[in-house]
Amino acid sequence: YIHIINKADMAASKGLKILVGCKRVIDYAVKVRVKPDRSGVVTEGVKHSMNPFDEIAVEEAVRMKEKKLAGEAVAISVGPPQSQETLRTALAMGIDRAIHVEIPLAQLEKLQPIHVSKLLAKVCESEKPDLVILGKQAIDDDCNQTGQMLAALLDWPQATFASKIEPSQDSKQLRVTREVDGGLETIDVSVPAVVTSDLRLNEPRYATLPNIMKAKKKPLAKMSPDQLGVDLQPRQEVISVEDPPVRKAGAKVESVEDLVGKLREKGLVK
Amino acid sequence: MLNGILKTVQLVGSASRARLCSAPTELVGGISFKLSEEQQSLQELARKFTADEIVPVAAQYDVSGEYPWPVIRKAHSLGLMNLSLPKWLGGLELGVFDGCLATEEFSFGCSGIQTAILGNGLGASPLLMFGTKEQQKEYLGRLIEEPLMCAYAVTEPGAGSDVAGIKTTAVRKGDDWVINGQKMWITNGGVANWYFVLARSDPDPKTPAGKAFTGFIINRDTPGVNPGRKEDNLGQRASDTRGITFEDVVVPAKNVLGTPGMGFKIAMGAFDKTRAPVGAGAVGIAKRALHEATQYAMQRKTMGVPIAQHQAVAFLLADMAIGLETARLAVWRAAYEADCGRRNTYYASVAKAFASDVANKSASDAVQVFGGNGYNKEYPVEKLMRDAKIFQIYEGTSQIQRLIISRELLAAAMSVKS
Repeated sequence: YIHIINKADMAASKGLKILVGCKRVIDYAVKVRVKPDRSGVVTEGVKHSMNPFDEIAVEEAVRMKEKKLAGEAVAISVGPPQSQETLRTALAMGIDRAIHVEIPLAQLEKLQPIHVSKLLAKVCESEKPDLVILGKQAIDDDCNQTGQMLAALLDWPQATFASKIEPSQDSKQLRVTREVDGGLETIDVSVPAVVTSDLRLNEPRYATLPNIMKAKKKPLAKMSPDQLGVDLQPRQEVISVEDPPVRKAGAKVESVEDLVGKLREKGLVK
Repeated sequence: MLNGILKTVQLVGSASRARLCSAPTELVGGISFKLSEEQQSLQELARKFTADEIVPVAAQYDVSGEYPWPVIRKAHSLGLMNLSLPKWLGGLELGVFDGCLATEEFSFGCSGIQTAILGNGLGASPLLMFGTKEQQKEYLGRLIEEPLMCAYAVTEPGAGSDVAGIKTTAVRKGDDWVINGQKMWITNGGVANWYFVLARSDPDPKTPAGKAFTGFIINRDTPGVNPGRKEDNLGQRASDTRGITFEDVVVPAKNVLGTPGMGFKIAMGAFDKTRAPVGAGAVGIAKRALHEATQYAMQRKTMGVPIAQHQAVAFLLADMAIGLETARLAVWRAAYEADCGRRNTYYASVAKAFASDVANKSASDAVQVFGGNGYNKEYPVEKLMRDAKIFQIYEGTSQIQRLIISRELLAAAMSVKS
């Protein structure tokens, strides 16, 4: 579909409408354990929280609202019933309202970025955001795909690994600084666009206690994949999940000659 | 090997649970231990704040004894202070229970800093319970607007447990009162913006305590108010404790709390709301002691295995756990009774007495688990021992608590026909 934004000066308009994706993942501090049947990792009874890159995305949306660049910020999460808690955290940080696309437990483990991006694309059709900000990747699967796939499905420009978002010089586009292997790349993207957040984009705030209390009253809408007409048929099958190999001890050498000698022994240098 | 033991315990645990309940529910027999969503959010925020803002600086404040203003300001900006102040003043009007949740979390990080952050609760309590709207707006409103502190000044060099024996005098002079006397061991004494002060307003020694005292709200900057030096205490060293001298301090009539003569009732009434949170502070220490001891026991090896695998050590941890779980529940019960609007004196004393004993024993046992290392300042547990001791002393000594408990239970027993 085509969604054209009035290319008037961004500062003069009532601000961008931002859609922010949040995923509920195992908390970064938890020691993850593989299930005995090697079908996945243990999630039951394990502490979960918002994906750290998504927290950064939420923080950026709230800051853009504070700077009057954005007018409305909506959070969306695709996940189990408990994803509501993740959305409440986003609301407590300053997001205006939330959407929960609830995934039945049976399909949860097989959910892939391709499905999530299709669900998000469908929501974008009705919500018509000017900017979608997602975390660059989730810390459970490290896929780094959803943002890119979403942009492709919508045929929108994408600016991934963002470390800075600001209006472009003529205020008609967004200037995004991206962290790439070679350093920093700065590009101008027209809206609507998809941006994914990287670590140095910002430092997320604590939600204050009064805001946490107020978040309960903010609207949270529920949707199902069926309502959105998206097929969640898995396209991949997880064969097994295993612990990484235990790191073997190294050896200390006394001199450079020793080192080269050992490397030769192992056939690593000629 | 330890993993094997834990795995077996987990399997047995879940099997027996499966037999007892067909599906997990929260409300059985009308009682629930589940926290509401808001309480969980409060607990999470307090826990995160503690880990990020309190734990990293606790040792440094313990050594320097400096007042933790940066931590206080941050807590204030997040709405984590003054939790019980009413909504019409701009507060969150949270209950005693919610205060206990936050207190336990902060205390886990440092009970000295926790006392500083939540010390306003004791000073504010008399105003909350007996203050006029004008007094509340003036003095409690200030606390919400800015990170200001207040203090509860009752104890004197010559009278702690014996509140009725305080000698600070309040003499009427026209419409004003003139206060003279000395207070001691006043938490936040040097940093408070205002004090709740109890003074003897009726000089006749035969007048009963219930009529002889008056409570006053006194601004720090009133001429004649002189906080002494910051006391160098064994533990909770980040907290500011001082003697305060009142020399011909003139207090207007509008700063009398309640009516003249009502002071004793006001001063004692405050404790019913604050004893449970003090118990929660002790629970926080017990939790930290168990946490540190457990982590250490899993790392430290003797006789070729982590010391956690020696039963003597494992049993020390088990006893800490027994104390922690039961102390917390006692505190929760006391807080719940207060929030239900009932007089909770009996439960509050039980909770405070028990939790303070648990904190002291757990801290001492934690040092034991650490062995020689535990005795040393490089490790975090000796501080817990030093911090724990005051819980058996302030807000009513353990002996006074036992007096209260025995009086309450005997009064209850005597009211029943045998």
